[in-house]
Amino acid sequence: MEGSEYERIRREFERWLAGCDAGEAGRFQTISGTPLQPLYTPLDLEQLDYLRDLGFPGGYPFTRGVRSNMYRGRLWTMREFSGFGTARDTNERYKFLLRHGETGLSVAFDFPTLYGRDSDDRLAAGEVGKCGVAISSLDDMETLFDGIPLGDVSTSMTINGPAAVIWAFYIAAAESQGVAPEKLRGTIQNDILKEYIAQKSWLFPPEPSLRVITDIMAFAARRVPKWNTISISGYHIREAGSTAAQELAFTLKDGLTYVEAGVAAGLDVDTFAPRLSFFFNSHLDFFEEIAKFRAARRIWAREMRDKHGAKKPESWLLRFHTQTAGCSLTAQQPENNIVRTAFQALAAVLGGTQSLHTNSMDETWALPSEKAVLIALRTQQLIAEETGVATVIDPLGGSYFVEALTNELERQARVYFEKIDALGGMVRAIEHGFPQREIADAAFRYQRQVEQGYRTVVGVNKYALDGEQLDIPLLKIDERVAHEQHERLAMLRRKRDSTLVSRRLDDLKSACRGRDNVMEPILAAARARATLGEICGAMKDVFGTYVEPPMF
Amino acid sequence: MSRKLRILVAKPGLDGHDRGAKVVARALRDAGFEVIYTGLHQTPEMIAETAIQEDVDVVGLSILSGAHMTVFPETMRLLKERGGADIHVFGGGIIPREDMAELERIGVGRLFGPGTPTQQIVEYLRERFPDRG
Repeated sequence: MEGSEYERIRREFERWLAGCDAGEAGRFQTISGTPLQPLYTPLDLEQLDYLRDLGFPGGYPFTRGVRSNMYRGRLWTMREFSGFGTARDTNERYKFLLRHGETGLSVAFDFPTLYGRDSDDRLAAGEVGKCGVAISSLDDMETLFDGIPLGDVSTSMTINGPAAVIWAFYIAAAESQGVAPEKLRGTIQNDILKEYIAQKSWLFPPEPSLRVITDIMAFAARRVPKWNTISISGYHIREAGSTAAQELAFTLKDGLTYVEAGVAAGLDVDTFAPRLSFFFNSHLDFFEEIAKFRAARRIWAREMRDKHGAKKPESWLLRFHTQTAGCSLTAQQPENNIVRTAFQALAAVLGGTQSLHTNSMDETWALPSEKAVLIALRTQQLIAEETGVATVIDPLGGSYFVEALTNELERQARVYFEKIDALGGMVRAIEHGFPQREIADAAFRYQRQVEQGYRTVVGVNKYALDGEQLDIPLLKIDERVAHEQHERLAMLRRKRDSTLVSRRLDDLKSACRGRDNVMEPILAAARARATLGEICGAMKDVFGTYVEPPMF
Repeated sequence: MSRKLRILVAKPGLDGHDRGAKVVARALRDAGFEVIYTGLHQTPEMIAETAIQEDVDVVGLSILSGAHMTVFPETMRLLKERGGADIHVFGGGIIPREDMAELERIGVGRLFGPGTPTQQIVEYLRERFPDRG
């Protein structure tokens, strides 16, 4: 477009704006607080260079998508995060979901497992099987996937502090099925930095945690080449109350920190970077989320190619899983959550996600009932097969608004990058409590806006029902689960070779003290039926533990 | 004028969901109360110990993990046992209605569910302790 053409548009735009009653500036913002114009025009994209900033799907900088044919080639993986009670209970749920068209598995572990503790640990009291499935040993992992051929499914496991151990249980469970590690496909979350920032299920201090992660990356490159070794996660950062730009910036910076750690450990960036994947939240603000996903791909490609010297295009592309925003769901009128989730899922698809979890309507109350999770899965199938939105790649690309917002999110993320660099990098920033404080401030700001009525939460601060009665079925987890787990563990400890177990744990400790890759000794301990708590305990003996300074 | 109401906001168990606890702690502080936050991963023993050492009037427990039927009774028992029987215990999080009734029976104060405005919690404490800032 010629300069004179922009001048004409500018004159017309100003004339239009003067005659348009579009409300006071600053009143209309995204949910994260970015002010929005009433209308976007070519004037907002004057600096946009199509080939430099957008390009084509499957090519640098991947703004429009990571695959050339996107959903025409393959739909996103429909993956419902699930786990509750015992391994046997959850195994049945997995089979139910696979029967109804789910295309990948996603394991939710209970709190004791997330903290590397056995079901019979004193600190596990009251929490066994409540927020996920209880997995304390290889026996439990074998039961979890009983009758599900691990060579044929891809499995995502939301596990961080004890990721190496749970992954070893999975690899060993596959061996029991006769499936070689080379054939396994899936993801371990293994993103410890965001644990310190937001989710808080850590085991060791940051430095040894990063060492274990680089060991995992090296082991995977050698032995489990199709495995995604880290799912760098913004999801929990957003759930803790961050803005979209904070989610974007902190997540990508975490990712770059892992890249730097891998390179510092002597790995060639192109051997492990292609196995890094991402995990984002899809929140309420429809266009802001789409812009966030597009900006994420472009920032990652630019950073990896231009600043971290990655040579392979597979190292530049940001693949991601999405989960709709749990924190946006309401306990009041829970059926409305079906609609919220559908909009959020649509944003994820329009943003080019590779995999998607849709929340169930009852999740503010309990883990999903069978009926609720089926509706959530059907929501994805509706988007994929009825709405037609998967037919054309990046259908919102070129929208003046979406491109301008994509640019704006990239800009805001880079402002955070500079602040974090000034603090000495992400690990130092976390130790200073910088991201934690930014998130807590954003969460408090949002809560105040809701309470002042500046933000509407349908069914809560507006359109509430008097004397509302909950009339959806809820899944209940009782103490039977804890009793069963205690018995299983007692039996396991009786029947295994305990001398072998202690020898394996000693081997692991010496690997932790030295520089050998910890994955082999962890696998050996897992095969000897050492429990999760025992293996993590041995590692804690060497690495120490981490305590967060309380602040609010 | 009696001293300001001292409140311990506590996060029991392994649950890391501390967004609510932190927002409530800040809102209570802004309302003029003295607020101490335990941080994460507290056992009922640790909570009772801190409550007594810090000489608080109120303990607020935030639980979203489903462990409330274990954690509330245990915290109440330990407070009684260690000379803190007059400390008022209330809470918030995800607690089904039938469990709420059971907890009320053992002396737990109000339990606030998801979507509660923080102002409602402030008002509850002001009503319960009318002569305290």
